[in-house]
Amino acid sequence: MTTIKYLSLSKPERFLVKFLDFFKNFGKGFVNFFKGLPSKFMKLWNKICTPFRVIGDAWRKGSWGVRTNFLVFGFYQLTHHEIVRGVLYLLYEIVFILFMIMTGGPYLAKLGSLGTFSTDSAYAANPYGGSPVLVQGGDKSFTILLYSIATFILMIIFVALWYFSIRDAKSLQDNNYVGKFSKDSQFFDDMLNKKYHTLLLAVPLVGLVGFTVIPVVFMIITSFTNYNSIQVNLFDWVEFDNYAGLFASKATGSSIGIGQIFLKVLAWTLLWALIATFTNYFLGMVVALLINKKGIKLKKLWRTVLILTIAVPQFVSLLLINQMLSGSGILSNLFRQWGWIGAGKETFDNVLLARIIIIIVNMWVGVPYTMLICSGILMNIPEDLYESARIDGASPFKMFSSITLPYMLFITGPYLLSQFIGNINNFNIIYLLSQGKPSLGVLNLGYGDVGETDLLITWIYKMSMEGQVKNYAVACALGVLVFIIIAVFSLIFYGRSGSVKNEEDFQ
Amino acid sequence: MAEKHYASKRAAEKAQRVLIYTILTVISVIWIFPFFYLILQSFAKFPDPKSIFPTEWTMQNYANLFTDTATPFFRWWLNTFIIALFTSVLQTVLVLMTSYALSRLRFNGRQALMKLILILGMFPGFLGMLVVYYILELLKINTSIYSLIIVYVASSAMSYYVAKGFFDTVPKSLDEAVMIDGGTKNTVFWRIILPLSKPIIIYTILVSFTGPWGDFMFGKYIVQTANLQPEGYTVAVGLQGLIGQDSFYGTFCAGAVMVSIPITALFFWLQRYYVEGIAGGAVKG
Repeated sequence: MTTIKYLSLSKPERFLVKFLDFFKNFGKGFVNFFKGLPSKFMKLWNKICTPFRVIGDAWRKGSWGVRTNFLVFGFYQLTHHEIVRGVLYLLYEIVFILFMIMTGGPYLAKLGSLGTFSTDSAYAANPYGGSPVLVQGGDKSFTILLYSIATFILMIIFVALWYFSIRDAKSLQDNNYVGKFSKDSQFFDDMLNKKYHTLLLAVPLVGLVGFTVIPVVFMIITSFTNYNSIQVNLFDWVEFDNYAGLFASKATGSSIGIGQIFLKVLAWTLLWALIATFTNYFLGMVVALLINKKGIKLKKLWRTVLILTIAVPQFVSLLLINQMLSGSGILSNLFRQWGWIGAGKETFDNVLLARIIIIIVNMWVGVPYTMLICSGILMNIPEDLYESARIDGASPFKMFSSITLPYMLFITGPYLLSQFIGNINNFNIIYLLSQGKPSLGVLNLGYGDVGETDLLITWIYKMSMEGQVKNYAVACALGVLVFIIIAVFSLIFYGRSGSVKNEEDFQ
Repeated sequence: MAEKHYASKRAAEKAQRVLIYTILTVISVIWIFPFFYLILQSFAKFPDPKSIFPTEWTMQNYANLFTDTATPFFRWWLNTFIIALFTSVLQTVLVLMTSYALSRLRFNGRQALMKLILILGMFPGFLGMLVVYYILELLKINTSIYSLIIVYVASSAMSYYVAKGFFDTVPKSLDEAVMIDGGTKNTVFWRIILPLSKPIIIYTILVSFTGPWGDFMFGKYIVQTANLQPEGYTVAVGLQGLIGQDSFYGTFCAGAVMVSIPITALFFWLQRYYVEGIAGGAVKG
């Protein structure tokens, strides 16, 4: 269909055409996806095969020096003037083997059972008579799990270094054939140029692995155990029980099961994220439009007033508003006078009121950010677009809906998504403002004092950090589910954003 | 006729402007009111959250803050300041290093690393606190609140995003010119990228400096688990502990004012860079 033809259609017809096109393209995309699969598969296969090919090559064509590298890391480098690199390879091998013998191996051996006897029951009969004595060194499942994860990571690095040391040795040998000889200074030169990334990323990566990767992996694995604060020392694998519990319809013998609580909290989390994102976005845009309108004076003052909310630490402003809303606070007093809160009740006793208040306070917190971002973009919209619209007699509202809004949505699409995700995980506003109140009254189930305004993230916090029984394992399972939810949303929207795909074009 | 038309149009414009000013004033009042209220409450002799203006004025709340042994505010402030200072310096260095590597260098696993960081950011971070605390225990630094520096700095790589977006906009031809003249990637980093990125450096420093002042979660966990004395708190942990105790309401308000003043001043001083940073970071998405 040509453009002219399309333009000659009436509005409903255009809509129909677009609607059908969507499905047509959908089918095409589907087919293309499967058509592309074989070549994608081959690419992946090649990628997987390359290391094996390199290793095989090194064994067949390598000299005895290169072959020694299969057992002694860095041997070829050490014997061919690359002392620094060779020493580093060899050092890692020695340290790794020592670690495996002293710590890694013993812990790894216990991973299957997560430990068998704990310090709690580790009393042995006293050989001299009298009361039993404590046997030192009972198993701790936490430590076993943690060290096993660390050992696995070290093993992966070990295998990678084994491969690199062999590949390096082979290429050194090849270079020797053509008369290029290795020397140590080359290693340092590479560090500043060809391999500059290793120098730059070494420290950040160590931090990332130690303080983020290991904790996250630990969290994922813990969700398959029954770790909680009652059995701190010894816990066991329970496979998918925690997840099954979260999706179970009803717990036996109680009125409301954890599965129902989960669905309730999940529904509110998504509803909240949606409403919070859009209210903030549109109000922020409106404020930005008002401030940036021609002829409005004191632009800087208005902006500065709003930025005050960003500058003051969030825990201060949110705790303050919490005080204003609680007990005899100034706002709750006002609500009481207006009859919004019944006698003997608190502001956060009413579900609807609590939720509305949270959304409004969230606007108070979030609008300044959106305002700042929108201000910058609004000033970049070409003025002639408005000019020609004005000549054609467009109303201000028409100009907003046909020029400003599409332009803004186009540019700030990714921002909107990151805001949505940020709101799913908006811990501060709920925890500092309402603490999840009004409570569902399910504390006795042992999953924390979850309430009507709790998001998944605050529920996880309550479950794992607060209360008598801290149910880490279920909290970790919830954490994994939060990850899955966010990942799904990101995959749907993020993958389509052009700025991600066309990174190279952009530079 | 024409004159009348213009006059009515001018009147309409004026009415519109008055309306906008009214809206902006109302918004400003709403946005400022909590802080206004906070300052007034901090001077109230008898804390009464019901009324806006205190019945009797006093400086006692501020005096309590600095003299009461239960609230060693000066120590809290100093602790937080030291943590913020070290964090901002170290974190900025690491963030710039990571961003440069991910933006300008091409190496195997670059895309994978970026994806990994994206994925790691999707997990609720505090579930790892148990493990992080255990690692601090292994390093034998868990009994000091200053271990927060390590915790904050270690996660620097996670916040490479804004700076990378900025580096991406610096033309690559500059790099090539340096390389042709015999420079290395190291030269490019120090001589080209860093001098050009003053706004983003200041933005990173500002964000990493203000972060520790507001973060209470991990601080609270360390304080509770290691059973630290009040002298070892940060302001966020200390002030958060005051909430809910009626006798400390005035002290909380005074403390909140004392925390907010330096941060706000710093913020307004560097406002321009902050605005550039978040606006740029959001647009490049």
